[in-house]
Amino acid sequence: MNLTNTKKEIEMADVEAGSSDAILEPPKPSAEARQVHAQAKRIDAEKLNIYYGDFLAVRDVTVSIQPNKVTALIGSSGCGKSTFLRSLNRMHELIDGAHVEGKVLLDGTDIYAPSMDPVLVRQQIGMVFQQPNPFPTMSIYENTAAGLRLNRKKMKKVEMDTIVEKSLRGAHLWEEVKDRLNKPASGLSGGQQQRLCIARATAIEPEVLLMDEPCSALDPIATLAIEDLINELKKRFTIVIVTHNMQQAARASDYTGFFNIEKSGDPGVLIEIDDTEKIFSNPSLKETEDYVSGRFG
Amino acid sequence: MSGSAVSVPLGDNSGVLPRRATLIVFAASAIASALISLALGLSPFVWLLFTGLIGLAGITVWSLAVEGRRRALDRVMSVAIMEVFVLAMVPLLSLIYTVVSKGLARFDSEFLTSSMRGVLAEGGGALHAALGTFIITAVATVAAVPVGVLAAIYLVEYGKGRLKRSITFFVDVMMGIPSIVAGLFAFALFAIFFGPGIRLGVMGSVALAVLMIPIVIRSAEEMLRVVPNALREASYALGVPKWLTVLRVVLPTALAGIVTGVMLAVARVIGETAPLLITTGSTTSTNLNPFDGRMANLPVYVYQQYKFPGVPPEPYIERAWAGALLLIVIVMVLFLAARLIARRYGVEIRR
Ligand SMILES: Nc1ncnc2c1ncn2[C@@H]1O[C@H](COP(=O)(O)OP(=O)(O)O)[C@@H](O)[C@H]1O
Ligand SMILES: [Mg+2]
Repeated sequence: MNLTNTKKEIEMADVEAGSSDAILEPPKPSAEARQVHAQAKRIDAEKLNIYYGDFLAVRDVTVSIQPNKVTALIGSSGCGKSTFLRSLNRMHELIDGAHVEGKVLLDGTDIYAPSMDPVLVRQQIGMVFQQPNPFPTMSIYENTAAGLRLNRKKMKKVEMDTIVEKSLRGAHLWEEVKDRLNKPASGLSGGQQQRLCIARATAIEPEVLLMDEPCSALDPIATLAIEDLINELKKRFTIVIVTHNMQQAARASDYTGFFNIEKSGDPGVLIEIDDTEKIFSNPSLKETEDYVSGRFG
Repeated sequence: MSGSAVSVPLGDNSGVLPRRATLIVFAASAIASALISLALGLSPFVWLLFTGLIGLAGITVWSLAVEGRRRALDRVMSVAIMEVFVLAMVPLLSLIYTVVSKGLARFDSEFLTSSMRGVLAEGGGALHAALGTFIITAVATVAAVPVGVLAAIYLVEYGKGRLKRSITFFVDVMMGIPSIVAGLFAFALFAIFFGPGIRLGVMGSVALAVLMIPIVIRSAEEMLRVVPNALREASYALGVPKWLTVLRVVLPTALAGIVTGVMLAVARVIGETAPLLITTGSTTSTNLNPFDGRMANLPVYVYQQYKFPGVPPEPYIERAWAGALLLIVIVMVLFLAARLIARRYGVEIRR
């Protein structure tokens, strides 16, 4: 599948959903409702330039990220993968002086429109970080429910219990922690903590899940567990994952985008994005070919 | 014999001292210097000095003879460092020893349960002063902690540019305010409204709060800064607004540290005498209302008893020491509580 082809699919999806200019709304309360039409939202970046102060870190990215698919972003260190990822849920602007130009559309709605509240954007586009970062003051249960509790969602205990169990099951963690839900999360292993962070991110039912090298702090077994999980999560979410690990991109993703950088100090550019299979077997650009076959640097 | 010679080709000397060599040497040198001091009638301090010197010399010679230069040097250095540490502890121990030995004479139930009302010479106590100290310090803490913690939150989470820099600067300045100046400030402030004769417990609280605020800001700032940024980001990524993130993620994570800092600030100001002398005045009876007239407190009580004894002076001097002991006990309890809180509730912060 090439880019134009993809575009067509999206337009069709649009017509189906009939909501290309739907307004962002808080996470949907009912998980069941989501499962009936498990269509997550898609993201389109248009001519996105991303800055740290005056420094242009990522240049001119135009890309469509497919709903309910896993899109992997690869590329060497410092070419702007994290920067791009963080601009997709407005985490980028938390850094002093950081700003973007261009548009990011979530199902057609520009998340950078002046009327858009970044807090609501982040409720729809969740994120999992490189280092597992559960809240150290909270138990496993509280961590899973953190998105709801911190936002002071009024909710019955049974309802909350249901969401926590569902999220932990969804993150393949329930069986391991169900007997110690009230113990601190710091007692878990690194892999378990990362799955807890995934449970925490999914508990507020976002549309999109961004993952920035979620496995790079984990051992191979924990990594495989997370990859399995990702494969299942795409039924409910649109997933964008940054990875350093080429096998991981090949195993776990449907599409793969390659970020490149001419030389140090230049902005990173998304030079190619396509079916994962094509990127790893027969990419159209020589730079991509060099990178995926290990001839880079 | 040839076997042992072959097995240690390294070093000029093969022996090793017994496991408790240092202990043995120092026990011996303690006994030796005790004999010398007794014979010459020297003070315990000289005994300690002799023990240190003889012990150091003894372990050096023994280790040199048996273990060789490298290990001897190692022992000399570790022993010397220990001794310097003991030397540094001498003033503290001497202080505690003096206060305890002189204070115990009157550290009895009467002292802890009665005021000085109607007491002319013997008897009497410091209950009124202890209660006054608690009330004055508590009011100061209630005033200083919100200001200090909020200022720290501003500096760490929100502050930018010139305002932040100038607040940091003024906190430094406040840190250096002599306590008597804080007292004069409180005095002048209340004198404007009530005339120069005014003495109130709350005036002392204001002076102490002025001294506490910069300490609380500094320690809270430190504690907020070590909260990893990853936790803030995790919270933002869940769509939690910044103020809720600060309130429900950052503050709880730093809480044990902030409480410890507050305790230490309290311990620091609870013994302040100068500012209280000119703001709270002193009285012989219990006054529980900080807004109504003079209020006794421990530092001023100790000062008054010692400085203006009656006839005969002994009961006054003894009460002064007992008051000092009570103050030290209170400070120690605060330090221990701070420690305990930090250990019990402190969250392990990993980077
Ligand atoms: N907080 C920051 N402030 C300034 N420059 C940054 C910051 N974070 C990253 N950069 C710069 O942006 C570029 C892209 O970094 P990043 O997105 O972290 O790369 P990647 O995730 O692909 O390794 C790099 O040149 C890096 O130096
Ligand atoms: Mg990165």
